Amino acid sequence: MLVPLSWLKEYVDIPKDEREFCDRMIMTGSNIETVKTFGDDIKNVVVGRVLSVRPHEDSDHLSVCMVDVGDAAEHNEPLQIVCGAPNVREDILVPVALHGSELPGGHRIKRGKLRGVESNGMICSAGELGFDDKVSPLLHKDGIWILPEAFPVGADLVEAMGLRETVVDFEITPNRPDCLSIIGMAREAAASFGSKLRYPEASAAGDADAGTAADHISVTIHKPELCSRYIARMADTIVIKESPWWLQRRLMFAGMRPINNIVDITNYVMLEYGHPLHAFDIRTIAGGEIIVDTPETDVKFTTLDGTERTIKPDMLLINDAEGGIAVAGVMGGRNSEIEADTQAILVESASFNSNSVRLTSKKLGIRSEASSRYEKGVPPELSEAASVRVMDLLRKTGSGRVLAGAVDAYPGKAEPAAIRVRAARMNKLLGTDLTPAEMAGILTGLEMDVKEGDGIFDVTPPYARLDLKEEVDFSEEIGRIYGYDRLGVTLPRGAESSTFTDSWRIRAIVRETLTGFGLAEIQTYSFESPKSADRTGVPQGSGKRDFVRLINPLGEDTSVMRTQLLPNLLEALRVNYRKNNENVLLFEIGNTFTSAGTDELPNERLSLAIGGYGAEWDFFALKGVIEALLKRLGIPEARFEANAAAPTFHPGRCADSILRDAGTVTLGTLGEVHPEVCGAYDLDVPVCAAEIDFELLASRTDLFRAYAPLDRYPAVTRDIALVVDEAVTALEAIDSIRAQGGAILESVKLFDIYRGRQIEAGKKSLAFSLVYRAADRTLTDGEVATVHEKILAGLTEKTGAALRDV
Amino acid sequence: MERPETLLTEAERLLAGASSETDIEAVRIRFLGKKGELTAILRSMGSLDPEERKQLGAAANSVRDAIGALIDEKKAALSGALRNERFEAERIDVTEPGRAYRLGQNHPITQTIDEISEIFLSMGYSITEGPEVETVFHNFDALNAAPNHPSRDLTDTFYITENTLLRTQTSPVQVRTILSKKPPLKVISPGRCFRTDTPDATHSPMFHQVEGLLVDEGVTMADLKGTLDFFAKRMFGAEVKTKFRPHFFPFTEPSAEMDMSCFACGGTGCRVCKGSGWIEILGCGMVHPNVLKVGGIDTEDYTGFAFGMGVERIAMLKHGIQDIRLFYENDVRFLGQFV
Repeated sequence: MLVPLSWLKEYVDIPKDEREFCDRMIMTGSNIETVKTFGDDIKNVVVGRVLSVRPHEDSDHLSVCMVDVGDAAEHNEPLQIVCGAPNVREDILVPVALHGSELPGGHRIKRGKLRGVESNGMICSAGELGFDDKVSPLLHKDGIWILPEAFPVGADLVEAMGLRETVVDFEITPNRPDCLSIIGMAREAAASFGSKLRYPEASAAGDADAGTAADHISVTIHKPELCSRYIARMADTIVIKESPWWLQRRLMFAGMRPINNIVDITNYVMLEYGHPLHAFDIRTIAGGEIIVDTPETDVKFTTLDGTERTIKPDMLLINDAEGGIAVAGVMGGRNSEIEADTQAILVESASFNSNSVRLTSKKLGIRSEASSRYEKGVPPELSEAASVRVMDLLRKTGSGRVLAGAVDAYPGKAEPAAIRVRAARMNKLLGTDLTPAEMAGILTGLEMDVKEGDGIFDVTPPYARLDLKEEVDFSEEIGRIYGYDRLGVTLPRGAESSTFTDSWRIRAIVRETLTGFGLAEIQTYSFESPKSADRTGVPQGSGKRDFVRLINPLGEDTSVMRTQLLPNLLEALRVNYRKNNENVLLFEIGNTFTSAGTDELPNERLSLAIGGYGAEWDFFALKGVIEALLKRLGIPEARFEANAAAPTFHPGRCADSILRDAGTVTLGTLGEVHPEVCGAYDLDVPVCAAEIDFELLASRTDLFRAYAPLDRYPAVTRDIALVVDEAVTALEAIDSIRAQGGAILESVKLFDIYRGRQIEAGKKSLAFSLVYRAADRTLTDGEVATVHEKILAGLTEKTGAALRDV
Repeated sequence: MERPETLLTEAERLLAGASSETDIEAVRIRFLGKKGELTAILRSMGSLDPEERKQLGAAANSVRDAIGALIDEKKAALSGALRNERFEAERIDVTEPGRAYRLGQNHPITQTIDEISEIFLSMGYSITEGPEVETVFHNFDALNAAPNHPSRDLTDTFYITENTLLRTQTSPVQVRTILSKKPPLKVISPGRCFRTDTPDATHSPMFHQVEGLLVDEGVTMADLKGTLDFFAKRMFGAEVKTKFRPHFFPFTEPSAEMDMSCFACGGTGCRVCKGSGWIEILGCGMVHPNVLKVGGIDTEDYTGFAFGMGVERIAMLKHGIQDIRLFYENDVRFLGQFV
């Protein structure tokens, strides 16, 4: 909300020091976005009169003008100035930037030659004087600014037009539509500085012989739930013209473009009171009847902007005897627009249902200044003051003759209800010791009607304050005017102990472990492209295609919730690979989502993905990381079994990590990513990655460590080397060794795998180191030999192994 | 026969010239050995009269001890020199690089959440989490958001169905807490949130918040100020000042935004604080009775406060990050800076 301070000061006294004003306003709840000053950066620009205009000989768009700038020029000589604006003509007043002048943005104007013709300055547009293009008066927006009034020739422009101004842009929260007006902000300022709000003096008394509005028009509201009040007033002998400068000036500083007197006056009152208004050409209102109703069936209707719209039966229309003339609170109709020859107008000041306006404006795709205000709420009590003010300004600006009286349909009239507020409750919330009198003072300062008895108030807020509905709302009013900075600073009593979930703790441990191995944690979007399932080879019918879809995604790439973490991790690898980052090892812990049925919250399941590329990163590096992680989480019994059917991975280089205790549980899958999948992510390096069900991992985690006595008896170590078929896995051999080893086999370690010389093709040599130990005695050679023999026999039987000399 | 003192002088001379263990040993044998010169003197003393014997014996013993000490000294010096020679030979260039170990690191968002959480854990808050996909009830209705509140629009919120959505704030965890537990309640809730913002330097369709909720008997707005002032000082430095400005949130009344004096310039105004000296850090307020009523909490007996802060914003301020998209691009050159 742009508030020119000179306008605000008309209604309320505020401190001279602008900094003091702003600081206090911020602390009482009117936060400030920007403070902009105008005029100070304009120097040596004067009012000039164009005496003559002739075409420039060497140009088809430049004109050579003689401009009278009075005593601003030596000997009162007219200045020759070259001007490129199409609207320059004789006998107009214009802003003239003299030689050596300064304009906003640090522009300096100097005498010079334009295509060989001397030019002693510049005739300025409103834009060149620091006004935004969107507020330049409509009449002159594409050219120089033809001044609207007879300012004295030669006078300093800033002084003559009053271009010095401070405009404060207040940030208005959605609960305070009353502050979208100069009077609303003045009410805040009055409460903040303990001063009194002065409302504008306005009269809608009819002009002599003009008659009364009720003789010409009638208003009927068929849908009182959508329109609680409709006031129509009339003016005739209308002259459409440029508004007086004082009015244009305020509109421009408040961010609105002057258009003509009728539009400007309705805009002015909207800014002043926060109440939208609309003017109809009375010629176009058939039967002089205003009928507020929704159509029975879809109707076609052309709005002011020339677009034909379909008005549905749930949208409110303003009709005359024959049909629609405006979409209520949203936009007027083409058919009832004010024209240059409009003789008489009907001014609508109405209160429409905020939700209805919001939905209509949304469905029609029209967002107007009026609709955005109606959406937030316009109190019906305000309609009267606003309509009076329009009539007042029509008369004061000589725009027309006011007809006496109003046609006021007010089916939604309700007595203002007082709200009970307990002083003790206020102190309890704020932690203050304010007396009832202090509180009452604050509330009355905000124009509230307060009746107090024994620390209990009955408060009636001003009708503009739609946000004050219940007792607690007044705690903020009291708190903010008293000052949040004056409230105490204490710590709550009570001694709770902190807790967090196992999942939270285990996530921290997983991160700590993986970052300890040099992996970088990443965070990727919770959504992904549905194509990610194709890219990672997920088969049709898989649960990983059971997407939770967004109704309104930003784009296809973020249109479904992820069912796995790998695709976004591969995407992150793609980004790093494209940027030539070497040795990239990443992991993420995050939610995956699968549908649980319509309107049910989906299954959210935490997952862990690990993946990377680089010189020292291969399947076994990845497996080693996972093994170490499992050890850290106290899950030692996980097995890794080949999985040739996981579509994301190389069929010969992929394993499942499996727990086989009570049933078979697959923790996750790891492997070298399938070359086609890598290709889909533009990765032409081997990538090894894994995705593990974090929830399973967490459910199996055991962070308790029981002490085991340190070994007291010596171990016996025996190595064996076997030659087996390539098809025999290390795990099969180890399983066999363990099965035969019994209690005294402490550990088995595969320490060498050899293929090549001395080993026939299709076979490999596996070398194991076996450690035997008993907890309660020194093992005899005989004991060890017996078990060792059993192991060898078992291996031969299970795997067809041939023993090889070690 | 030579005087013992003469032997000492001679031994000194010889030891001074000795350059190896062997040279020293030769000296020892010559003077102190069984057939050594000093031994010979001692042996020859039997022929002397008692007074002379006593004098000579004392002198000889003293010289023997002195030579012994000289030998030990020389040995020590020599072995020191040898060791030094070895050390010299073994000298390395300590400015050569150390072995390169890979350091991983938590994502800067995780680090910031951890940092925030630790401060509130130290004040007795518990961590609780809620789902990323939420119901309209938990995200809006129960939080006192008006039925026509614009934040409910498709232009602001991602919807899954008419009744389920991606939560736009971590505040629904407040509702879940109020519905499932009895006061006193003292929780924080970090997590992901979503809004339909097209990514640019300052917007992201996904971001993180940390929400806080305290409900107990006699909780006041002064307690809210004290708690969040404590947080700001722990998070950004003891010299930081806080300022509470009135604001609006549907689920708190009174509501406030907390500004913090700019940690970069100390409040004089700079680029970080856009010249104002203050930085907006979080939103907060006293829990609206309508929210407490959702959980059947007696609003006369119990009051509470809630607050919520944007993790990305805090991380960006703290580390001087200019573009929010960097967090989700996961370029290791970015991530590695937070090791």
